[in-house]
Amino acid sequence: MIPFSSGTRLRDMIRAIRACKTAAEERAVVRKECAAIRTSMNENDQDCRHRNLAKLMFIHMLGYPTHFGQMECLKLIASAGFPEKRIGYLGLMLLLDERQEVLMLVTNSLKQDLNHSNQYIMGLALCALGNICSAEMARDLAPEVERLLQFRDPNVRKKAALCSIRIIKKVPDLSENFINPAAALLKEKHHGVLITGIQLCTDLCKVSPEALEFLRKKHTDGLVKTLKDAVNSPYTPEYDIAGIPDPFLHIRLLKLLRVLGQGDADASDAMNDILAQVATKTESKKNAGNAILYECVETIMSIEDNGGLRVLAINILGRFLSNRDNNIRYVALNMLMKAITVDAQAVQRHRATILKCVKDSDASIQKRALELVYALVNDTNVKPLTKELIDYLEVSDQEFKGDLTDKICSIVEKFSPEKIWYIDQMLRVLNEAGNFVKDEVWHALIVVISSASDLHGYTVRALYKAFQTSSEQESLVRVAVWCIGEYGDMLVNNVGMLDIEDPIMVTESDTVDVIKIAIKHHALDLTTKAMALMALLKLSSRFPSCSERIKDIIVQHKGSFVLELQQRSLEFNSIIEKHQKIRSALVERMPILDEATFSTRRAGLLPAAVSTSGGASLDLPNGVAKPSAAPLVDLLDLSDDLPAPSSSDGDFLQDLLGVDLSPAPTQSGLGQIQKAGTDVLLDLLSIGTPVQSSSPTTEILLPSQNDKSPIATLDARSSSSSLSAQATSSARAAPMMDLLDGFGPSPLKPEDNGSVYPSLVAFESSSLRITFNFSKQPGNPQTTLIQATFTNLTPNVFTDLIFQAAVPKFLQLHLDPASSNILPASGNGSITQNLRVTNSQHGKKSLLMRMRMSYKIDNKDMLEEGQINNFPQDLG
Amino acid sequence: MIQFVLLISRQGKVRLTKWYSPYTQKERSKVIRELSGVILTRGPKLCNFVEWRGHKVVYKRYASLYFCMGIDQEDNELEVLEIIHHYVEILDRYFGSVCELDLIFNFHKAYYALDELLIAGELQESSKKTVARLIAAQDSLVEAAKEQASSLSNIISQATK
Repeated sequence: MIPFSSGTRLRDMIRAIRACKTAAEERAVVRKECAAIRTSMNENDQDCRHRNLAKLMFIHMLGYPTHFGQMECLKLIASAGFPEKRIGYLGLMLLLDERQEVLMLVTNSLKQDLNHSNQYIMGLALCALGNICSAEMARDLAPEVERLLQFRDPNVRKKAALCSIRIIKKVPDLSENFINPAAALLKEKHHGVLITGIQLCTDLCKVSPEALEFLRKKHTDGLVKTLKDAVNSPYTPEYDIAGIPDPFLHIRLLKLLRVLGQGDADASDAMNDILAQVATKTESKKNAGNAILYECVETIMSIEDNGGLRVLAINILGRFLSNRDNNIRYVALNMLMKAITVDAQAVQRHRATILKCVKDSDASIQKRALELVYALVNDTNVKPLTKELIDYLEVSDQEFKGDLTDKICSIVEKFSPEKIWYIDQMLRVLNEAGNFVKDEVWHALIVVISSASDLHGYTVRALYKAFQTSSEQESLVRVAVWCIGEYGDMLVNNVGMLDIEDPIMVTESDTVDVIKIAIKHHALDLTTKAMALMALLKLSSRFPSCSERIKDIIVQHKGSFVLELQQRSLEFNSIIEKHQKIRSALVERMPILDEATFSTRRAGLLPAAVSTSGGASLDLPNGVAKPSAAPLVDLLDLSDDLPAPSSSDGDFLQDLLGVDLSPAPTQSGLGQIQKAGTDVLLDLLSIGTPVQSSSPTTEILLPSQNDKSPIATLDARSSSSSLSAQATSSARAAPMMDLLDGFGPSPLKPEDNGSVYPSLVAFESSSLRITFNFSKQPGNPQTTLIQATFTNLTPNVFTDLIFQAAVPKFLQLHLDPASSNILPASGNGSITQNLRVTNSQHGKKSLLMRMRMSYKIDNKDMLEEGQINNFPQDLG
Repeated sequence: MIQFVLLISRQGKVRLTKWYSPYTQKERSKVIRELSGVILTRGPKLCNFVEWRGHKVVYKRYASLYFCMGIDQEDNELEVLEIIHHYVEILDRYFGSVCELDLIFNFHKAYYALDELLIAGELQESSKKTVARLIAAQDSLVEAAKEQASSLSNIISQATK
């Protein structure tokens, strides 16, 4: 169009690019164009600037780098004409975003354009500011925008209103200035200004409580009237959509009313009538009407309770749910999820329909429905729901299986009424979708199996059968391998048959075959292989007749490139060959794994996974008989008799469990203990060793404050304990224990959240006073953080102060080091120490603690003891 | 609020992108790439909403083009469908039964129309007529400037003859 300019026209460039047959050709064309544009920019060719930027925007959309054009935008914006500004602002919004520093350079141009005499140029500036402004620009230009909210032209007012939304989102402090002008917009007649004004007020309410309070007091009635007028307004072709005058306005009004009604009975009351009218009178044949109904239902659910309205809303959702349109069903599921907190009963009525939606062919609907089903599960319906879900697992799409498996496992863990059911369901899941089962889920399953002693035979036989059909499911194989290693003898001899079982004939050799197949099928999986080797070692002792064959299989791995496997192979081989005498003792059945410890560890370690696993108390009544609670202590016995076949005992003990292959410390011993501090001690003691004679059900912990002494103390303890462990071996065992469980409590720093709980004088004698201050971490009601403050009431200095505390089994206690161990005389200063108590029976049992304080006055040992039963009730 | 607007052709070509929240260039191309993979493969009778990496995306197909809008979790999906339709009608009215080629060669005009409809990810105008009027007024401003420029260059060329 401009005769003497070089380069192609925009239209020609687009044609050339579209004509390209290959990506390489396209790149070549773009490269050539970019080079021409750069040259033209360097020559500062004013006439081509407009076109260059248009081309760059197209190139940008194709995904090529165009940063070199950013300055051109600024130049175009700074020029005087409307066409230049228009394309300049468009380029600015397209090529830049708020994080680029270049953007700051445009602030001044924006300011000028906001004060321009041409309303369209003002509009361009407002649009750009609203779409990409940064916090700094928002601060600089807020006064201009605020002023334009009262500009005479409505099209500028509406743009200014949306621009203000961006500003208050970027800088909430500025919201105060916008409250009055925004409220003034609510009285507008122009629809554009009205909907943007309502939107601005809604966003103001979100960032500013004052705005919310103000609008609620002064404007609720006005908005109700506006909505009434909108609902009853006659046909206007300009705003009509499917017979409804301006559904966008309806929806925004309903949204703002929701914000105002939430948590305020009077405001909610004022809008009841109009909500009822919208809910009953809106035409629901077309999407626009349904959009309004949907918004209306959400508002009814969110504002203060009105029984009649809620029934109306739930009925609308019921209608939605049976609609043939997938979109409507999707939003119905979405809204039922919110309704569940309001009226779970009403949602339960639609359970069958929701369950049908889980099996829908549409992935979006499946996902929503599954989440809803998950929220609907309770103790009474868990069995049929789980059955439905697992049945569906067999036929569902691969992409959906992961989500579905997660949810089923979570439901089974959370609501399982008895162990046999838990095991049955988990085996079905492993059978169908073992590859989707997460590690912690099958770890938990093993813990449960281990503790259900009456079901060992049943479980191992069921796993054996499942293995025959589904040997490709990794987690199933792992659990099967572990159980066969442990309970292989029960498999062969049909021990502990339940009435529901059919007897099966399995020979010892069949059992070994299973493990062999597992190794073959999962040749690439280190964990499975390692577990299989472990199982073989155990079987070699259980089935002496197969010992030779097992040895052959094990020996095959002595050349493995994986150190772990090679080491296991060599060690196990030498056990089978040379240590027949101790072998049976070495590979005794695992003691029952402690469920409570496992689940609290797991919850503590994986706070993010709480929704799927947290709080899942695995402490179930056994479907057949009660499990006997035997402590893990046996393991320590084992380690005593161990003739150290490996270079590192730590590894070996871990191997005994053979579950976790996390890199184990090869240098076990003292260093490890020192590092782990109290955690190690906690692990060792929490296993349930009856350490102190006084209270066998309590665990005694030591603060790591006396860092030098844990081992010494341990020595002293273990001699009085039921263990025959020597001092050294028990010290060595400590880190191993930690590894065995695979989970150490994560060292959380207690935060001071300001105590909302009354503080407590936990102990007071003539010489010492201890006060406790309590706090909780948000989202973790089970755990109480306690700050203990020690005050000396005597005129003598206390030295070597040591505070010990003991709690019952259902609590877990962690002590941080004290601030000092010297307590100045006569209350001239204090010592503080932080404690953390986790209550696994949160809400059922209250906290309880016994404590002992030892200290020295003039080198004379003093000892005081106390018990606290009066923890504040609400700590739970 | 609407986080982004995308127009993607059935072949996966991008015809328009607008981002109302900051995304880096890398994130942008990732969103476009992965999202078009999800949306283009969905069957015709399925619902118009997909959830993907924590985004909720409402999309609708018009002839060979998919109009997609990424929205917040609490937004009204059905309303966003209406907004998409609103935009399509505006384009249709502006171009006179719009087709993909119009949007390719006049992509900037599609952006101008969008800027009259949405700012900061919120709806600006519910009247198609008003939007059309505003775009027309700005277009005529551009035309007027062009004419002025060409008449100016005529005068210059005549004077220098």
